[in-house]
Amino acid sequence: MLLSKSEGKEFLLMGNQAIARGALEAGVSVAAGYPGTPSSEIIENLAAVAPDADLYVEWSVNEKVSLEVAAAGSFAGLRSLCVMKQNGVNVASDFLLHLVLSGTRGGMVLIPCDDPGAISSVNEGESRYFARLMEIPLLEPGDFQEAKDMTKWAFELSEEISNVVMLRSVTRLSHASGNVKLGELNRAKPSAKFNFSGNLLDAKTGPVITAPVPFRHTQQQAKLKKAIDLFERSPFNRYEGPENPELLIITSSACYLYSREALRVLDAEKRAGILKLGTTWPLPPELLKKHLAAADKILIVEEVLPFLEENIKILAMENIDSIGKIKFFGKNNGTIPSVNEMNPDHVIKAVSSILNIPYTGMPEEYEKSGQILSFTKSPNRELTFCPGCPHRASYWSINRALTLNGKNGFVCGDIGCYTMAILPAGFGTIKTAHSMGSGTGVASGFGKLKSFGLNQPVVSVCGDSTFFHAGMPALVNAVHNGSDMLLVILDNSGTAMTGFQPHPGIPSDAAGNKLPSVDIESVCRSIGAKTFTTDPFNISETEKKVLDIIENETGARVLIMRQGCALSPEKKGKKKYNVSVDSNICKGTDCGCNRLCTRVFRCPGLVWNSSTGKAVIDEIICAGCGVCADICPSGAIKRSEVMS
Amino acid sequence: MIDPFNIIITGVGGQGNVLAARMLGNTLTKAGYYVTIGETFGASQRGGSVMSHLRVSKESSWSPQIPKGKAHLIIALEPIESLRVLAAYGNRDVKVVSNTRPIYPVGVICGDLAYPSLPDLNTAVAQLCDDARFINATEEAVALGHPILSNVIMVGAAAGLGLLPIDDESFKSVISENVPESKIDINMKAYRKGKEMAVDPVKF
Repeated sequence: MLLSKSEGKEFLLMGNQAIARGALEAGVSVAAGYPGTPSSEIIENLAAVAPDADLYVEWSVNEKVSLEVAAAGSFAGLRSLCVMKQNGVNVASDFLLHLVLSGTRGGMVLIPCDDPGAISSVNEGESRYFARLMEIPLLEPGDFQEAKDMTKWAFELSEEISNVVMLRSVTRLSHASGNVKLGELNRAKPSAKFNFSGNLLDAKTGPVITAPVPFRHTQQQAKLKKAIDLFERSPFNRYEGPENPELLIITSSACYLYSREALRVLDAEKRAGILKLGTTWPLPPELLKKHLAAADKILIVEEVLPFLEENIKILAMENIDSIGKIKFFGKNNGTIPSVNEMNPDHVIKAVSSILNIPYTGMPEEYEKSGQILSFTKSPNRELTFCPGCPHRASYWSINRALTLNGKNGFVCGDIGCYTMAILPAGFGTIKTAHSMGSGTGVASGFGKLKSFGLNQPVVSVCGDSTFFHAGMPALVNAVHNGSDMLLVILDNSGTAMTGFQPHPGIPSDAAGNKLPSVDIESVCRSIGAKTFTTDPFNISETEKKVLDIIENETGARVLIMRQGCALSPEKKGKKKYNVSVDSNICKGTDCGCNRLCTRVFRCPGLVWNSSTGKAVIDEIICAGCGVCADICPSGAIKRSEVMS
Repeated sequence: MIDPFNIIITGVGGQGNVLAARMLGNTLTKAGYYVTIGETFGASQRGGSVMSHLRVSKESSWSPQIPKGKAHLIIALEPIESLRVLAAYGNRDVKVVSNTRPIYPVGVICGDLAYPSLPDLNTAVAQLCDDARFINATEEAVALGHPILSNVIMVGAAAGLGLLPIDDESFKSVISENVPESKIDINMKAYRKGKEMAVDPVKF
């Protein structure tokens, strides 16, 4: 479908597919990114067609490098795309600050996919503020068709103003699907050349640099003014509603769909209008002034922070003479919640209170009985590691070693499936969890607090992809500064959480072609850390190693726990062991272990049968890792190797 | 058909929730409708609930989230998920068609939480909606040769309620685009089986 030549034909496309198609219609040549929900499918879709569409597609080591790789494409005259989740923009922002000053050549589009409500994140960060901070244009598609069309236009806009354009998506567009009419594919393969011999001040032919800063900054702001002129006439900004509405809703992105729904549901389309903005920074002032002057009440619907609200209020204040007095409703006055994602109900509630239209979503009595029935009859689905997941085994050993050591040691974590060790799934082992690689940086700091009396053993955990992304500099820091800490690298051979994208430790690229891989163990050794390895499925050896390294080694050291993810294509559906519980040996509740197997280890494949009062293996769910056989103090869990 | 018609497909990670939503969405798109699907699958691979909202309309796209209490049809690939969805999006008039095969949450597996019996669950569901039908989709899929066919049976069951403007031919053309030719017949068989089962659900 992505390379379909059926122009004008309509397909049901996921937002991320629509974006990828838009990039192909624009003739993108280079695409780079770092995996992160809800953005990953854009690069994945492009990678799948890379050989046929003459693209270079890369999963980069982190977001900053992906932006640099994409920029190189642009400097060489190619159209380039860079994709990341919201917090990736923070990582890329240092380069971005300089890139926007030097400007670009081939059209370059940066697409962050934000996750309001943190559905698949540990933050609900806003990327839109970066557009204002970096002084670059910001586009926000309001539906699936626009996701495709705006992506295509973003490349043209970028070339028109010779600078990066940011297009921001959100989970409810990226991971939602709707009808999209395809446009024409651009299949020309342009040739790349980097010109640098022109005048130092000539952005098109000279070296690509940020100096002299005042000169370049002036140029950059002139580009933004040019964008405003284009935005004033952009079809992506639309007004729907009566000429002089009682209430004007100003909105963007998925919130446009919620707002439209709210007016339809309340039958308020004759009383209220919607100004749907597709170009949200810089705001087109003439368009805004016209609409602000036509209404006395303005409701601003957006997620997550009051970005539009703040900017619109500044514009209204500057033009108060022509616009007149306005009553604003939004996040600042509490009409719209200031955290979490939006939905139709929030907008319905806001509009019904402003226009005094009664609405009942769910009768109170129904809601109450629904909550009680659901609470009592739908047991909660707590998140857990998959059956056969190496992390469960790794945390088992780390946790045991810290307990045996008895000095109140703790683990600093970061981002990946293994973050779930803040939950019972990982025995609550993780005690700090923030951003990519930050567990090791924080541990590096903790490891220097001995002189203040901190004598607790300090451990950090970091996944293999995360190690390359941001863990490496933290380890360098710990080694160089002589921090007393242990970094445990949970190497499951892939970026498992986001769907097995390759990273520098994997010998293949985004499209599956062979590439040289970087060996984590050699990297750690060459940094100067004492480095050990273990197989976490061997829990007795792993526990012994963790304890020994904590008690008998000093300085920054590394223990690599290497075992592939249970869902990896190589392992999925293949059992190493047949596992069973010998019911003659299992003592059940009389054992004295307090159900270590099912109450603590909590693998979905190991079931507590309350009628027999004994544990039993669920053959269908069990992945055959065999680890639980070593957990049982009575030796009731048996494993036998599967003959291949 | 009520416009927009609001469908929720709910289940647990690994059940093929997203695929089932796709099949139904593509069939309706082919029938000339605007379809908007909103998906929540962030925790899908880690034992969490998964939910797809489908909005079907002759006029336009709708938002990817159904307002609270406004579902018209709930397709539950896992039985207790029907109750969870009813509590948030249900109303007396919503139609529920649910698979009977449980997938136990880890709390139940560990013996910390209780999973209701099917009659018990049926009673709870009946307190929230007037038309709920349970069908042995997984069992039937296994009989047809593969448990994965239970999704197709469930989509067939949804079609069998007679609420959706889809016919066997449009479904067949979607299936043909998504499975190898040798598998088309068995998928159509599963789809038709689902249609039959919807009018002859489990009796309590």
